[in-house]
Amino acid sequence: MSADQPVLADSESPPRWEYQESRENPSLAAVRDRYGLWIDGGEVEPLSQKWFPSIEPATEDHLAMVAEAGSSDVDRAVRSARDAAGDWATRPAGDRAKFLFRIARLIQERSRELAVLDTRDGGKPIREARDIDLPLVAAHFFYHAGWADKLDYAFAGVNPQPLGVVGQVIPWNFPLLMAAWKVAPALATGNTVVLKPAETTPLSALRLAEIAADAGLPPGVLNVIPGAGRTGADLVSHRGVDKVAFTGSTEVGKQIRRRLAGTGKPLTLELGGKGAHVVFEDAPMDQAVEGVVNGIFFNQGQVCCAGSRLLVQESVAADFVQRLRRRLLTLRVGDPLDKNTDVGAINSAAQLEKITGLVEAGRSEGAQIYQPPCQLPDRGYWFPPTLFTEVSQSHRIAQEEIFGPVLSILTFRTPTEAVERANNTPYGLASGVWTAKGSRILWMADQLASGVVWANTYNQFDPASPFGGVKESGFGREGGRHGLAAYLKGMG
Amino acid sequence: MEGRLGVRKTYKLFIDGRFPRSESGRTFRYASRDGVVTVQLSEASRKDLRMAVRAARRAYPGWRARSGYNRGQILYRIAEMVEDRAETFIGQLALQATIGSARREVSEAIDLLIWYAGWCDKYQQVIGNMNPVAGPYFNISTPEPMGVVGVVAPGQPALLGLVGALAPVMVSGNAAVLLASSSQAIAAVTFAEAVATADVPPGVVNILTGSSAELAPWMAGHMDINALDLSGVPPESSPTLEEAASHNLKRIGRWDASDRNLNRIAAFTEIKTVWHPKGR
Repeated sequence: MSADQPVLADSESPPRWEYQESRENPSLAAVRDRYGLWIDGGEVEPLSQKWFPSIEPATEDHLAMVAEAGSSDVDRAVRSARDAAGDWATRPAGDRAKFLFRIARLIQERSRELAVLDTRDGGKPIREARDIDLPLVAAHFFYHAGWADKLDYAFAGVNPQPLGVVGQVIPWNFPLLMAAWKVAPALATGNTVVLKPAETTPLSALRLAEIAADAGLPPGVLNVIPGAGRTGADLVSHRGVDKVAFTGSTEVGKQIRRRLAGTGKPLTLELGGKGAHVVFEDAPMDQAVEGVVNGIFFNQGQVCCAGSRLLVQESVAADFVQRLRRRLLTLRVGDPLDKNTDVGAINSAAQLEKITGLVEAGRSEGAQIYQPPCQLPDRGYWFPPTLFTEVSQSHRIAQEEIFGPVLSILTFRTPTEAVERANNTPYGLASGVWTAKGSRILWMADQLASGVVWANTYNQFDPASPFGGVKESGFGREGGRHGLAAYLKGMG
Repeated sequence: MEGRLGVRKTYKLFIDGRFPRSESGRTFRYASRDGVVTVQLSEASRKDLRMAVRAARRAYPGWRARSGYNRGQILYRIAEMVEDRAETFIGQLALQATIGSARREVSEAIDLLIWYAGWCDKYQQVIGNMNPVAGPYFNISTPEPMGVVGVVAPGQPALLGLVGALAPVMVSGNAAVLLASSSQAIAAVTFAEAVATADVPPGVVNILTGSSAELAPWMAGHMDINALDLSGVPPESSPTLEEAASHNLKRIGRWDASDRNLNRIAAFTEIKTVWHPKGR
């Protein structure tokens, strides 16, 4: 199909589909006015005496006041984890498995509530929270439960041992899922945890701590201390922490690496990305359009492995862009609690500002912007789905992680050129390959510098499958057999 | 309740998710050591065995196609159901053992189910692997289930022997036809009732009570059974059964009742290797 023969003559006329609002009931997730820190098996007032609001990004309403852990609170949490570490590490591994199975079951039972909670606190569409985040959260606990008493099989002949107290810092884009990714393997391997959720989305991690207590998890094994960057910095540099695991921006990841220099402390980092979709001319086009849309607009593009660059073969580029534009017209942007919503709210004012700034840079550097007409709500933080064409390799929107619903489109002629372009960023988290040719998929997979390669699909996650990056996207893996290594002595 | 006359359970076979009596109409009598408790149990026939194999064959593709995660949850659910009936099992096992050892055995059986539940989405990651062939090929070897597995469960310990043989067969996606020895028949039927309420698809597990000595040769010679766990067969009977099993080269495994290991899973899988070229 040649570039000058668009197949979709009427591509700009928006389909007129009526939707009846189908709004999930926000009161399914009861939210109290105030939340303390979760330390040593219970909720406590912060020694810092500081509290901060958690805001519902779709409405800018205050959801709750949350305790901010100061350095003495961090110290208290680490000591609680330390006190619990000995018993936890030495009790029968089968018991650890049973606790995690119990937590998995309770999450399954309460998943509707938890989905609503994450949607309110973080702004993600309820459809995604319900169908993706929560099933994966339960699955992560279930999967790792099974490993707890099988570590000798995972790493034969090395007598795997826990590291001790693990300090974990997680982002706001998948609040409960990131908590599950961190907590489940750490507990399964016999470590105790101090977890710092992101300051804009602390609520579901605190509820996870309550669920763990309901499951009978001994006090101190899981501590949750909300706070901002300062709290995170206190946690990762605390002398009582034996291992640090961080998911977040590459910038903060580098700060942590610097901070830990010379300590010998094991560290895993899951950082930013600038994922490329490589679409070849023989790709199944409808499927590829869906995959690219999912790759960049899933969770408003606030995904470390978002496919934020599209590399499309020149011969099909014009047609592909037209198909994409038409598909964008059907995306529904708005109330995250509406089950019809495809694109929800941006997580915070700060994130919206960052996206807006980079999109401005894209315009001023000469790229062509396309945004479908859509009505954004008056209150809350919103950004419409955005495509950039005429993007060159050196543009900031082709190099920097935007972490928003913005796709930069570039073209290529040969597979070798596609690989060069795809690999031409400091990042290396995930890539997508779209082609009907199996041998090409596997060749591309060998060539792409990224920790995950999705072929004819994108954004697939499973607790059995390791996830993580190369280059400046960080090191260490989460999930699968390999993810366990991050929490075992001498292995991560 | 003082003086209340109890209602007794009818013990039947478990085939295709249902509880039929033996088509033969045969039963056998079980009496506790002190003779206080007596029970009539169904004595399965060769035809019951054939029906069970047919049910297992029908159930196999669906069970195999489920994700390991799903099978794991179902095995875990069986553990939940057994835990819920723990007192019943303890009472039944105590008919021929001390209450203390009965209690221990039930706990161990539940924990064993959970241990195997966790393997469903992991054993592939331990016994499968990429093969670094010297050419531009993607090459991976992964285990697959075999099909229908006939199990002659060790009669002692009654529940643990049964669970320890059945669970590893189920992990990878095989369907099972299990012969329970007469000494474990009561617990086997109660176990079947736990299985029937644990979201196990009908036919994946079939449990026949009766005479293993009578049925095992038919099982060994059945052309639609792919593999056998002969752990419950006395050594002197083994050669005849192995000979009968050679007609369709059934895979055969045998373990001590207390063995719990990955090999019990692996023994009822086949390794499949897939090659695919790489090239632009």
